[in-house]
Amino acid sequence: MHSEDAVAERPWGALFEGDRADGAIYRDPALFDAEMDRIFKQTWVWVAHESELPGPNTFKTGNVGTSPVLITRDKKGEVHVLLNRCRHRAASVCEKKKGKQSVFVCPYHGWSYDPDGSLRKVPHRWGYDENFDPADYPLFSLRVEQYAGMIFATFNADAPPLEEHLGAARKWMDLFMKQGGGFGVKVLGQHSFRFPGNWKIQLENTTDAYHFPIVHKTFLDSLDEETENVFDVLGQGGWVEDLGNGHSVMVMIPSLIDLEADLEAPIPDRFADLAAELAAEGHDDMTVRRLVRAVGGTGFNLNLFPNVACSMAFFRVLRPIDVETTEITHVAIGMSGGENVGPANRARIRLHEHFQGPMGFGTPDDAEGWERVQRGVRAGEGMPILVNRGVPAPEGTAEPGHDAGDVSSEVGMRAAYRMWKRMMEE
Amino acid sequence: MSAVTLERPAVTLADLTAFVWAEADLLDRLAYKDWLKLWSADGLYIVPVERGVTDHANAVNVLYDDAEMREMRVKRLLSGFSMSSAPPARTVRTVSRFVETARSETSVDLRAAQVIVEYKYERHRVLAADVDYRIAISADGLKLARKVVTLINCDDPLHGIGYLL
Repeated sequence: MHSEDAVAERPWGALFEGDRADGAIYRDPALFDAEMDRIFKQTWVWVAHESELPGPNTFKTGNVGTSPVLITRDKKGEVHVLLNRCRHRAASVCEKKKGKQSVFVCPYHGWSYDPDGSLRKVPHRWGYDENFDPADYPLFSLRVEQYAGMIFATFNADAPPLEEHLGAARKWMDLFMKQGGGFGVKVLGQHSFRFPGNWKIQLENTTDAYHFPIVHKTFLDSLDEETENVFDVLGQGGWVEDLGNGHSVMVMIPSLIDLEADLEAPIPDRFADLAAELAAEGHDDMTVRRLVRAVGGTGFNLNLFPNVACSMAFFRVLRPIDVETTEITHVAIGMSGGENVGPANRARIRLHEHFQGPMGFGTPDDAEGWERVQRGVRAGEGMPILVNRGVPAPEGTAEPGHDAGDVSSEVGMRAAYRMWKRMMEE
Repeated sequence: MSAVTLERPAVTLADLTAFVWAEADLLDRLAYKDWLKLWSADGLYIVPVERGVTDHANAVNVLYDDAEMREMRVKRLLSGFSMSSAPPARTVRTVSRFVETARSETSVDLRAAQVIVEYKYERHRVLAADVDYRIAISADGLKLARKVVTLINCDDPLHGIGYLL
């Protein structure tokens, strides 16, 4: 249980210094409560992609930290993030994952709410006196802002504007969305799974190219030679760059930073059939090239502190459940559009399934590795977690003034932990 | 001379369940190379992430394996280099509650219940699933033409699974 006193008294920020963290950061339940208060209730937390709310009166459910929320688009098109809790006696007002409806009726006593959270009607109104005004009891509403189609919410009225919080990460979000191939990006489906380990283990992993050739050897072995070369993530002169506010980018395949560049290059053999299928759908040569180049996603992972990443070809969303349990969702994205982009989206889905998800060629090994961290850290109280790896980034890569290191460096983890420390000390 | 019709003996439910149980036994024993031989060349092995989806090709699935993907998957699971599969969780599975849902000259569709108990790191997990089989009746015996494993919680968070369902 949450204990205000314990949260207030402990010098949590001291658990990370420079390039090492105390193992307690993965294990202490009181620290977890403090993180939920000081990070997940204070900063911008990703809740949805705009395509998940495809029209008026659509919604999905989700979480901000440990708080269940409803993410809605009202009839005017405005997006709202509302606590999924009736103002009367707290019953959840919606248990569907997504859908379309113009009213949310609490199943317990029938209080009904509009998608913007307003309390529309209370049954048997006569049981409340004349001072009771439904306008006083809307669903609790969080602040909502969007950038590049990604919707974020915060409990904190004083948080800086989202765009300021994202800062240098915005450029990379814009680059990431180019994988819509000119059609825009939409969500195609998702995998979700839990692992018995702390949420920060996963936060670290999205900026960890070092593990890739080791943990994902069997994925690499399953690829044709050409693709295996593309996934030689340590050998292409990539880098990791601190983008401020805990965000970082890890560029593994520099040639796939800008998906609208180099469209004249020959189409790789492995995409020849796809290119033919797309041409048969009536796309002109340039559109075919743009779609084919976009189909495998970008060559970088953008880690956005604290809960989402734009990871090559999908969104990685983490949800802390408790100090030793984390839920991960891998949101598959593709080209917005109709059946004419169907071949490209089917190809993207198959690529997603190949690596991601509970039985993908990559994810189960990641999940096992993270669980092994949580198991291992029971030993060696006081021994540090090292995030000190890295040599300078190759010349002319990272923006001048940004902390950066080689692609295998732990710069992104240090960036995240510096933000973590700042927030835990505030 | 009178016409002689050579009738193939009808495949009984007992034949089909024996086939499915033999498959389950191969999977629990990690005899994946023998398991590959149970499949027809155009067979599809599918584990969906949503219930009620019929167009699996256009949906995100946990897995959507044709023959090539099955072979690569088996190679990966047996390679010794996948930490979730070397070793995988131990499994004990039962398949039962068989219902024949369709039959033609060349195949039989079955629906069944599967319960897998897995064990690793002092933790048991139960994976319950509805399984839809299409079993092809061919000259060289029964073959898996389609197997769709719909986990009871497929649309909620699962966990890393280092073996075959």
